[in-house]
Amino acid sequence: MSKHVLVLSDVREGKLRNVSFESIAAAKLAADGGQVTAAVFGSYAKDLAQPLSQYGADRVIAVTSSELDQYTTDVYFQAFKKVIEHVNPDVIFTGHTSVGKDLCPRIAAHLGYGLISDCIHVEVKDGKIVFTRPIYAGKAFVKKVVKDGVIFATIRPNNIPRNEPDMSRTPNVEELKVDLEPDSLRTLVKNIVKKSSGGVDLSEASVVVSGGRGMKSEDGFKILYELAGVLGGAVGASRGACDSGYCDYALQIGQTGKVVTPDLYIACGISGAIQHLAGMSNSKVIVAINKDPEAPIFQVADYGIVGDLFEVVPLLTEEFRQLLNDQS
Amino acid sequence: MDILVCLKQTFDTEEQITIENGQISEDGVEFVINPYDEYAVEEAIRLKQEHGGEVTVLTIGPERAEQAVRTAMAMGADKGVILDTEDLDEEMDEHSVAHLLAAMIEEEDLEYDIILCGYMAVDDGAAQVGPRLAELLDIPHISTITKLEIKDEKVIVEKDAEGDVEHIESKLPILVTAQQGLNDPRYPSLPGIMKAKKKPISRLDLDDLDLDEEDIQAKTETLEIFLPPKKQAGKILQGDIKDQARKLVRLLHSEAKVI
Repeated sequence: MSKHVLVLSDVREGKLRNVSFESIAAAKLAADGGQVTAAVFGSYAKDLAQPLSQYGADRVIAVTSSELDQYTTDVYFQAFKKVIEHVNPDVIFTGHTSVGKDLCPRIAAHLGYGLISDCIHVEVKDGKIVFTRPIYAGKAFVKKVVKDGVIFATIRPNNIPRNEPDMSRTPNVEELKVDLEPDSLRTLVKNIVKKSSGGVDLSEASVVVSGGRGMKSEDGFKILYELAGVLGGAVGASRGACDSGYCDYALQIGQTGKVVTPDLYIACGISGAIQHLAGMSNSKVIVAINKDPEAPIFQVADYGIVGDLFEVVPLLTEEFRQLLNDQS
Repeated sequence: MDILVCLKQTFDTEEQITIENGQISEDGVEFVINPYDEYAVEEAIRLKQEHGGEVTVLTIGPERAEQAVRTAMAMGADKGVILDTEDLDEEMDEHSVAHLLAAMIEEEDLEYDIILCGYMAVDDGAAQVGPRLAELLDIPHISTITKLEIKDEKVIVEKDAEGDVEHIESKLPILVTAQQGLNDPRYPSLPGIMKAKKKPISRLDLDDLDLDEEDIQAKTETLEIFLPPKKQAGKILQGDIKDQARKLVRLLHSEAKVI
């Protein structure tokens, strides 16, 4: 049976994040021939309608209040609630991102909805929408359904392929006015310190270059930033490296920390503790560089180099640079 | 200051997962306080040391969950409330757990200025219960905090937003969820462990709580639990390091096609 699916777009610094298009692809599948409506918030919302439509949204609802340019729980809550009431969807998807994780459980509790978070796969089976999600950070997986009522799920970035855009589509945009009550805002964002390295978000990066205790110091990480820079990737770290103070906890990959599934994961000087493997072993291709040929990381690696990473990594950076130069 | 901490006992993160009869096997598994909840416990104790007051730890789980509460008490928490799940046959989800926690707070007449939770549990990784509980209690929440300061009624936090740090202000009462980096949890001391044995724990059954059937029944259902396919052993490259580097880049380009 076809369903009406609502997708809340995830916007960062005025740009749509990839996970918005991935959520639309999931929505197309779940809709089973039904309509896909995308909602987008912020003063630039109408400018974002075109790509949303090209990637598959049949209708775009724009809430253009400038109060929505910066995420805070209470304003987004009010706007999202209004959009849900207005659209009356059967299914709701958002990205499993900083915003989705903060907002969706609260809205779900308010509306009495079930919520399946962090989904990596969506399929329709016997008329039911079945979600696959990792547990124990990917050591195992579950298939889940929402038993009754509105079906609500958050989609993990980088897992569901987005559809090919149809450049000939023009958006069907509807502007929705939401009376936000500024007095009701209980949390106030004073300022934001941007920290992301080179703008590539760890959870959405297609290449992750990651360092462990073998990097030996904060300084040692420099060669990883160079390699990541050439590949347009992000830098991550093991718990050992974070605990040793070589880098910020925001970079930690593992069962505590972030779970990543890039196309290419390069593990440098990481032995491969179970808790780290949980955070990266579902990456498409894994490369391990380690002095110790017995390191457990080699058991999950597709390609391994046994050697001194301080020698290997700069060589790799040079080889990649040449290859990419030759291609362009 | 009245401080509540919601915690869950989870598998140690070094445990492998095995499945028996369609369920995750707990045989021989070592249990710990969910690492994110441990940050919440530590922060609660620091708040108590600075502002005075009492730290109450709430958990929902089978008999073994008491160990987690005792550990939190050995770290410095004062009281515990445990909802026994032995007689719960049906699957619970985040919807049910949030309602159960809210009902436990009500049943025990617990006052709170601040409630601390881990931002997610390392087992099911849903990251839902904290914000859901805040909504049911009608108080604000801030998730994934890495720094917390309370001055009078004012709450000043740093929140991790995927690498960016947001400086946020709010007021008590509030619920916050702990992100890694918030603090370095202490190890329980020996005198702490001795004292913890005598601290009061209140045990509740489902029958003690004022809840509708609708609130406890899970909204979602698990159809299947499975393990990821085993990875084939990979290629270890050979030869001169320089050749290995060249070979690897070529393989990533032409064989794996990721570059």
